[in-house]
Amino acid sequence: MTSVLIIAELDGNQLNPSTAKCVTCAAELGADSIDVLILAEDCTAAAGAAAELAGVTRVRTVTAPHNATPLAAVFAPQVVALAADYGYVLAPSTTFGKDLLPRVAAILGVGQVSDIMSVLGPRTFTRPVYAGNAILTVEVPAGKTIVGTVRTASWRDAPTGGNAPVEPAEVTAELPTHTRYIGLAGQSSERPDLQSAKTVISGGRGVGSAENFELVFQLADKIGAGVGASRAAVDAGYVPNDMQVGQTGKIIAPELYVAIGISGAIQHLTGIKDAGTIVAINKDPEAPIFEIADYGLVGDLFEIVPELEQKLG
Amino acid sequence: MDKILVGVKRVVDYNVRIRVKPDNTGVVTDGVKMSVNPFDEIAIEEALRLREAGKASEVVVVSIGNAECQQQLRTGLAMGADRAIHVESAAEIDSLAAARAFKAVIEREGADLVILGKQAIDDDCNQTGQMLAALWERPQATFASKLEIDGTTARVTREIDAGLETIEVDLPAVVTTDLRLNEPRYVKLPDIMKAKKKPLEVIAIDELGIELEPQVQAQRWDTPPARGKGTMVGSVDELISALKSKGLVS
Ligand SMILES: Cc1cc2nc3c(=O)[nH]c(=O)nc-3n(C[C@H](O)[C@H](O)[C@H](O)COP(=O)(O)OP(=O)(O)OC[C@H]3O[C@@H](n4cnc5c(N)ncnc54)[C@H](O)[C@@H]3O)c2cc1C
Ligand SMILES: Nc1ncnc2c1ncn2[C@@H]1O[C@H](COP(=O)(O)O)[C@@H](O)[C@H]1O
Repeated sequence: MTSVLIIAELDGNQLNPSTAKCVTCAAELGADSIDVLILAEDCTAAAGAAAELAGVTRVRTVTAPHNATPLAAVFAPQVVALAADYGYVLAPSTTFGKDLLPRVAAILGVGQVSDIMSVLGPRTFTRPVYAGNAILTVEVPAGKTIVGTVRTASWRDAPTGGNAPVEPAEVTAELPTHTRYIGLAGQSSERPDLQSAKTVISGGRGVGSAENFELVFQLADKIGAGVGASRAAVDAGYVPNDMQVGQTGKIIAPELYVAIGISGAIQHLTGIKDAGTIVAINKDPEAPIFEIADYGLVGDLFEIVPELEQKLG
Repeated sequence: MDKILVGVKRVVDYNVRIRVKPDNTGVVTDGVKMSVNPFDEIAIEEALRLREAGKASEVVVVSIGNAECQQQLRTGLAMGADRAIHVESAAEIDSLAAARAFKAVIEREGADLVILGKQAIDDDCNQTGQMLAALWERPQATFASKLEIDGTTARVTREIDAGLETIEVDLPAVVTTDLRLNEPRYVKLPDIMKAKKKPLEVIAIDELGIELEPQVQAQRWDTPPARGKGTMVGSVDELISALKSKGLVS
């Protein structure tokens, strides 16, 4: 008998869409059951959403004030306390899962499979290495709990239509006080979330300034797109860090990706390889971005972007 | 603070175009430029700045790997680290074994702060720091873009998907670096000469008495499928009509 435990990620009290991707990955493991674990101060909304995901057997909740913010040092012992009953422990490969899951694995004394792209067998997986320039097949030896993060860009959302029971879980774990949450400087935005948007428009160093980035935002708003950026644009202070796309930023898979004034360094490309269609706008015909773009347009972004905005929508 | 330990991993330079070996047993590293993992360079820089600000007295760089990783330790020494420890291992080790090795080094050396990179750009695992913190039963502050030490605590700003999160941790602790923590200094020629005289201790990994068996076994490497070659369009109108025909814009 094998069973899967998925650690849900929350945005405030709401279920983050990455959890639905983990359910799709879990369904390929051939396990007998898939449980979703919610750790929060108020689990109601997220548990309700998780219960509706098709394929989920049971939703388990740990409601406590100390779970109000996701501190890995506080979450890990609670996950470990429940992990003994499971053959697999999964979480999304977002900063939430990347922070938490290795801590869980080490306490369990096992390794972790990072960024699961595909399931080749119950213990065999593929994952990207070298910024996605090679795909590595890994196997976890029998007899060990498999702990893994799920590369969200590789998986579809599990459909809704399920009706799993929601049950509080009893957890006995000693929780550390050595780590304290201070706050989040978030840029709450009305725009579609970068990681789940159908269309994403990104700007790079070529955009030139924070003021000029308005052009990118205007185009995005006209067509309801999420907005991303290259590392160079973030480093230069045009936009905040949570907009960075790439090896060390967000890995995304929108249906349409538009790169504006981005040269196409491998570290950026690895974040967009799973996009359906890639459009590149760059004044340099030799820019590497054109090697992977489905549609390339050579020219000055300060002419092209306003024209696009005017003619679209 | 007395001592800061810094992880230094030898990796294929980030500018190298990666090629998978024809027999799928790895990627080509013969004749390829090797460097300090970029996140570890940032880790060294941060430790040096803390020492220069009088917040720490010693910076020790640690690398686990074959004899060649001493080159990267020498780079760390040239940047300004005081000493180096080379944990010699002929075999490749995984993140859990690396975390165990760091824990064993901490037990010998003591440490008030350990700074590692958030990920090694070869395996892209993003695990070792978190695993070390778990084994050491100490706090972790991953993906740091700002680090302030105040007596026995550290205040760390973390780059997370939702923005910038700040946490406070008691020392000793493990911090892992993100790209915007600092800009590493350039190494000057005289510093390279000086680095040759700095102490570099070699410890055989077997001496550490840790379990090394890889928990996640690498089986084969493949080249990712290439995206098909696209087309160049000549105007905005042409682009819009192409996107419309695919139903991508209305
Ligand atoms: C360890 C590591 C991790 C990294 N992780 C990431 C990551 O996650 N994401 C990421 O993006 N990068 C990452 N990088 C950085 C990456 O290597 C590149 O430096 C970065 O992506 C370059 O950003 P850019 O394309 O915006 O800037 P540039 O390379 O400077 O390109 C700017 C482009 O704009 C074009 N341009 C300029 N003006 C105009 C105009 N008026 N009209 C049209 N085009 C114009 C230019 O022709 C040029 O091609 C990482 C690097 C390292 C070492
Ligand atoms: N063999 C090693 N030698 C030195 N440091 C290492 C080694 N492996 C991992 N690290 C450290 O752990 C960080 C994260 O590595 P990883 O978990 O492999 O992505 C690196 O940036 C290094 O600081």
